[in-house]
Amino acid sequence: MSSTWPILSVLIWLPIFGGLAVIAVGEHRAALARLMALAIAGVTFILSITLFTAFDVSTAAMQFTEFKPWIATFDIFYSLGVDGFSVPLILLTTFFGVLVVIAGWEVIQVKVNQYMAAFLIMEGLMVGVFSATDAMLFYVFFEAMLIPMFLVIGMWGGPRRVYATIKFFLYTFLGSVFMLIGLIYLYIQSGSWSILEWHQFPLTLSVQKWLFLGFLAAFSVKIPMWPVHTWLPDAHVEAPTGGSVVLAAIMLKIGGYGFIRFSLPITPDAAAALDWLIITLSLIAVVYIGFVALVQQDMKKLIAYSSISHMGFVTLGLFIAFAVFQNTENGRGAALGVEGAMVQMISHGFVSGALFLCVGVLYDRLHSRMIADYGGVANTMPWFAALAVLFFMANSGLPGTSGFVGEFMVILAAFQANFWYAFLAAITLILGAAYSLWLVKRVIFGEVANQNVAQLEDINAREALVLGTLAVAVLLVGLWPEPLVNLMHASVEQLLQHIQQPKFSVSGI
Amino acid sequence: MSLKTLLLLIPLLPLAAAAVAGLLRKQVGRAGSHWVTILGVAVSFFLSAYVLYLQVYQGMEAQNLSIYTWMISDGIRFEVGFLIDHLSVLMMTVVTFVSLMVHVYTIGYMADDPGYQRFFSYIALFTFSMLMLVMSNNFLQLFFGWEAVGLVSYLLIGFWFKRDSAISAGLKAFLVNRVGDFGFLLGIAAVLYCFGTLDYSEVFGRAEGIAGETVTILAGFEWQWITVICICLFIGAMGKSAQAPLHVWLPDSMEGPTPISALIHAATMVTAGIFMVARMSPLFELSDAALSFVMLIGALTAFSMGLVGLVQNDIKRVIAYSTLSQLGYMTVALGVSAYSAAIFHLMTHAFFKALLFLGAGSVIIALHHQQDMRFMGGLRKQMPVTWITAWVGTLALIGFPFMSGFYSKDAIIEAVHESSRFGSDVAYWAVLLGVLITSFYSFRLLYLTFHGQPRYRVDVGAGHHPPDGVLQHAPHESPLVVTVPLILLAIPSIVIGYLTIGPVLFGGWLSDSIHVLPQNDSVAAVGHHFHGPLAMATHALGTAPFWLMISGFALATFIYLFRPSVADLLQQKMPRIHRILENKFFVDELYQKIFVSRTINIGNGLWKKADAGLIDGVLVNGSARLMGNLSARVRLWQSGYLFQYAFAMIVGLIGMIAIWVMLK
Repeated sequence: MSSTWPILSVLIWLPIFGGLAVIAVGEHRAALARLMALAIAGVTFILSITLFTAFDVSTAAMQFTEFKPWIATFDIFYSLGVDGFSVPLILLTTFFGVLVVIAGWEVIQVKVNQYMAAFLIMEGLMVGVFSATDAMLFYVFFEAMLIPMFLVIGMWGGPRRVYATIKFFLYTFLGSVFMLIGLIYLYIQSGSWSILEWHQFPLTLSVQKWLFLGFLAAFSVKIPMWPVHTWLPDAHVEAPTGGSVVLAAIMLKIGGYGFIRFSLPITPDAAAALDWLIITLSLIAVVYIGFVALVQQDMKKLIAYSSISHMGFVTLGLFIAFAVFQNTENGRGAALGVEGAMVQMISHGFVSGALFLCVGVLYDRLHSRMIADYGGVANTMPWFAALAVLFFMANSGLPGTSGFVGEFMVILAAFQANFWYAFLAAITLILGAAYSLWLVKRVIFGEVANQNVAQLEDINAREALVLGTLAVAVLLVGLWPEPLVNLMHASVEQLLQHIQQPKFSVSGI
Repeated sequence: MSLKTLLLLIPLLPLAAAAVAGLLRKQVGRAGSHWVTILGVAVSFFLSAYVLYLQVYQGMEAQNLSIYTWMISDGIRFEVGFLIDHLSVLMMTVVTFVSLMVHVYTIGYMADDPGYQRFFSYIALFTFSMLMLVMSNNFLQLFFGWEAVGLVSYLLIGFWFKRDSAISAGLKAFLVNRVGDFGFLLGIAAVLYCFGTLDYSEVFGRAEGIAGETVTILAGFEWQWITVICICLFIGAMGKSAQAPLHVWLPDSMEGPTPISALIHAATMVTAGIFMVARMSPLFELSDAALSFVMLIGALTAFSMGLVGLVQNDIKRVIAYSTLSQLGYMTVALGVSAYSAAIFHLMTHAFFKALLFLGAGSVIIALHHQQDMRFMGGLRKQMPVTWITAWVGTLALIGFPFMSGFYSKDAIIEAVHESSRFGSDVAYWAVLLGVLITSFYSFRLLYLTFHGQPRYRVDVGAGHHPPDGVLQHAPHESPLVVTVPLILLAIPSIVIGYLTIGPVLFGGWLSDSIHVLPQNDSVAAVGHHFHGPLAMATHALGTAPFWLMISGFALATFIYLFRPSVADLLQQKMPRIHRILENKFFVDELYQKIFVSRTINIGNGLWKKADAGLIDGVLVNGSARLMGNLSARVRLWQSGYLFQYAFAMIVGLIGMIAIWVMLK
């Protein structure tokens, strides 16, 4: 479907240029900066809804495509388009674009214009990541979006922000260098940067394996997978609330999106050959990280580890398909796994975003993230307590919340492949509940623990608006996920058909 | 109003009431919150009763309705819908009736509690969740209801969230249930694997098709798929219905307010596991191995938990162990394919156990939240209604002829006797001896509470928190909102068995929902000797269960009414046994040692050693150090001295030429 106006470009550049304009209002006009940021993010979100309403669910082809030469010498095009995988993620991005502006409203008092601008620019770049169909364009967005994030952590972050930023930078940079080599190799071989052309481009198995590992280096760090996850807890701990929210809710998903857009379709045979690796790492993430999350004393670290464990379901769901094809005659479960992974990403966006916002609410009041500094918060903040319990329940996968849907689908899918995969994955039912609710017990319930807690004030209207919106989203996806998964069917089906056809036999090499 | 709308209203009215009472608490006020929830649940009860009437007297067929499509993925339709047949409509009526009684009772019990509105909101939400569970026509919604009742149970056990014991008990309940749900979810996944759908009717229709198909889960062991499915599902039931060894949460759940002990932890939620297995009878019937497992677990629970109940001093804990034991009876019944007997006992038990709990609650408020029976006694004079209804509940629980519990329990014992399934002889002894134990602890409770001399004294000047055994005010009978529900529950506790055993158990009333293979049909075998409820009761006078019950009664009467010293003597003579029972077989301590502390150790080990030590310490920071060292050396070269750069260039040039020459 070709659109009459370039909506994707608008969604990318409106927040970016808007962000630059917000910087231009200067440091001393904070109120104006906030209002402008809210207006820009709001308009971007409203415009992005047309992606949902005008999206044709019957086709797997790219929609709302745009195509213009960019750097003609190297065959690089400014080429955009979205399918069933990118639309939900773009909507998630624009949705959180609004929420982080509201969440930072009066919390941020220093350099408000730059703070707001950083988030707006980041939003535009992330939409760019999800809609680029030219690999070089993708790579530019992919790297560029890190810059505002470094700035956010580095400027508004906690005491160890420099360590965290450098660790974050080195990890992700090292990962993406390997991907870049892979991308250049593919360009040299195929003479094109078009990701869609690469999907069809024949490659020998051994080449595919090298490329697969290159992509893996980039995306496994980003999502993150065990054992390259250790940057995430540090980054979260040092990031300001808004940074944590965007990091957890959207940036991690770029890793999952990368697997879907690059690893699976470009190197399907390598993915099939190495699926055991991903499945093993995913299951380690689910179980091992679940244990680690249990013993955290810092709320943000706990949620960060919980994120890693939940992302294990994404990678498991994406790569379980090969084992399902092997184990069943009809391949039932493969699509369930991929769609489950997508739902898990969206849901984790809502839930982890909400959880970091909850920690932010407490941090703004007491300036501590340590569990031990709290206790009995429900006594002084009943509405906050109710919402926090809801989000922690969603985090532990309670049916009726979005947290259940993705895990449920992936566990069902994993069972179609192997009893033990499902067995290990389902341990999250116990561990997830244990670390989530133990935190609730120590922070929310109990007698008022100390003088500080006794003086807490319940959430104000602004905080209630942000958390309430997320609560609605969490319940909506939990009670009726059909509209969400319906977006993906065609793209998932096409992806699964594609990865079942060996690439190396096509051309006889 | 169409039938679909009517059925939808049954769960949605309590949900709406819960939302109003919970979210609009300022607007509706305290009285508003109880009125709105009571109204919602009352209408829901009358509609359920109406559907029951339609099905029983108007011959309405079983209804299988889809409400909406939750999701379609991979060609699998995940629906939300209702299956309304005799089994579900029976459950709906029982659940809403007990819930209604508990709602009314709560007005009195929680009158002074600051969380009054929150409490009404929770119990109405519970009613919604439980209705979704029993009305479901598919595994997805079943799991939704299953976990939703667990959530509300968690919230209600920890209702007094300032008390550490309460919130710990809530957490424990949720986690132990999650262990069960872990199995349950795998069972559901296995159902999807074998049948390709989660819809009850489709699954049951294809059940026979997979009989004989096997799977190798552990190398060298071949399992029937159907056995894997049933055992996994049953593990879920073991969590929810508190069967050993997953029973540990139920006694602790008594930390919650008494009305929910009656509603959730006796009458309804804990029986969800029993209901679920009965609902899955077309699957369980195909696996003798799974049914034997079910039976033995039930027998173990019925017998051992009754034993623990003998030595408890907390009035609610005695009833809680009694509940565990009675759930064991129901589970045994399931295990011998006597599903309808299990459901029948579930129903009678819901009435008399709710009655006993609410009676205990009435005593507890009279004594200002004293739960220790050692500080009770002689309350029959001050609390006549509570006393008489407690007698009714006790007689029903021990299975005294003509009482409701007699019919349901005797049917189970007889069905176990008729069964020839592997292990049924052991189970028979367990349920038989269980009768003696039940009778003994029930009368012990009754005597210690209502009979004998008071073991408390009234001291007006004792202050607000007097020591145990001292009361500020003399106890008196509870208000009408408490006693009326007691009376309304006492009536079915007496008559419901007599009135319904014929049709429900032997008249094939549940045959539209429960499927039993002819060769397994132990209830039908019992039915051959059934000549009406009157004959059943008179015949029982000459059987072993009756005399065991009388022995328990006699023993308890002798010890607790006439020779209280005997109890102490027994305790001194058998210290080891007493210690084991008092400590509930040390299961909690065992779990603490094996699971809880070890889990924390594993977590700390993985975090500090693997994450921080190996990955961060050696790999990440190690390579950072390596780079740092390297760059420190390299930096020496970048000194800014021209001669060094020139020297380096010359060395480089020579090197390159050398390589070029060599490669040539």
